Amino acid sequence: MIGLIRQGLSGRHPLRRRWREHELQDRYDVVIVGGGVHGLATAYYLARDHGITNVAVLEKRYIGSGGSGRNTAIIRSNYLTPEGVLFYDESVKLYEELSAELDFNVLFSQRGHLTLAHSDAAVRTMRWRAEVNQIQGVDSRLIWPDEIARLCPHLDLSDRPRYPIVAALYHPPGGIIRHDAVVWGYAAGADERGVHIHQLTEVTGIDVEHGRVSGVRTNRGRIATGTVLNATAGWCTLISDMAGVSLPVTSHPLQACVSEALKPFLDVVVVSGSLHVYVSQSDRGEMVMGAAVDPYQSYSLDATLDFLEGLSGHILELFPGLAPVKVLRQWAGICDMTPDYSPIMGFTPVAGFLVDVGWGTYGFKAGPVSGKRIAELIATNTTPELIRPFRLARFAERALVGEKGAASVGH
Amino acid sequence: MILLACPNCGPRNASEFRYGGEARPRPDLNAVSPEEWSDYVYMRANLLGVLREWWYHRAGCGLWFIAERHTKTHEVTATYVWTGEHV
Repeated sequence: MIGLIRQGLSGRHPLRRRWREHELQDRYDVVIVGGGVHGLATAYYLARDHGITNVAVLEKRYIGSGGSGRNTAIIRSNYLTPEGVLFYDESVKLYEELSAELDFNVLFSQRGHLTLAHSDAAVRTMRWRAEVNQIQGVDSRLIWPDEIARLCPHLDLSDRPRYPIVAALYHPPGGIIRHDAVVWGYAAGADERGVHIHQLTEVTGIDVEHGRVSGVRTNRGRIATGTVLNATAGWCTLISDMAGVSLPVTSHPLQACVSEALKPFLDVVVVSGSLHVYVSQSDRGEMVMGAAVDPYQSYSLDATLDFLEGLSGHILELFPGLAPVKVLRQWAGICDMTPDYSPIMGFTPVAGFLVDVGWGTYGFKAGPVSGKRIAELIATNTTPELIRPFRLARFAERALVGEKGAASVGH
Repeated sequence: MILLACPNCGPRNASEFRYGGEARPRPDLNAVSPEEWSDYVYMRANLLGVLREWWYHRAGCGLWFIAERHTKTHEVTATYVWTGEHV
């Protein structure tokens, strides 16, 4: 008690800052553009696994202010393509160890993940997904309304809705996580190992000489470097344009909202591909709800009434009991959509300019594995097998991945 | 909220329309190389600024037309019927 009073009077915060501010050096071995989970995880694994610590992470606002702080924090690996399943499964495993690894509680709650099927066609796709998942060793199976009712008694399983629930793909290791904590944990871990995190530092240009990156210009001065990673979301085209690299990306806003806090009643994540909604209950009791991307490309972060009306209608189809509940906040993040709903990772035609972009609606859940594998790519200068399917050259080679297990895709 | 002026029907809410993406000239099919065709099919300018783009009046007259819209402010400066030339 006396200690508490003394602490209160001292005016100093008892915990040290988790990451420090630095002067911008005029040279770094690696410059990472974008201080979200992808950029910070890459910096962390570069330092931890490869001893590369002369690294700068440049963030134009504050870390985690983009997609990393705007997503609905769902983690899962029940994708449809073998490439996608393998990749996201490694990500889930890294997330499972993350609190211990970073010595920072990221509140990973593996509460189970239900993807609802509302038609025979959807049941067929779910069965396909379950088979692909099981062959890769991922816990995922088709369940019927009796088991759905046991897991989630508040769902309307009657034939009253326009699209009655026929079955569900049940993925027990799926769940939600505290997304800000993941960003902060990686930032602290990277900082501790010597990485410089520069907030309020905006990239204004990338210098390319004879087809090779030579530096990055920012609002705080120029940095000479031979390796630049574009780890931005939403603005990935604008950064790549600075290096003269074209991307097959269109940026769409993705909106989400939270309700007022309710007593805990929903302990699984519920997703409906046909209705384009996903909902979970946060530790604070709020219903966290999201849907598909806006139907036109845009860089706007504004919330729209169209979205809220559409989302509310679909949520009430699933949970009629939520009708009197009020929406507390609504926001948007920008998603970089690619033609095959898969990311773009690795080398580009400009030497030293690397990308980890095009993460669409599924970037957050892939943060750790992307960071780890991109770090490996930078350190070894070769593409790891796990991320080879996602190379930029696949479009010219017509070897697309076709990940229709992504969040904004109907079946 | 985007208000789009359909050349036939006048100003309507964007939810009546289907979005058709960037309006770009199609390469000459008899002269195009595989690389140029890949670029045309997959690569996008993804412009931050005024974009010339296709819209389809799905819940109205069924016209495909061109709109010039700012991709951040959503201000629509022009909508017109495609006249057949490359846009």
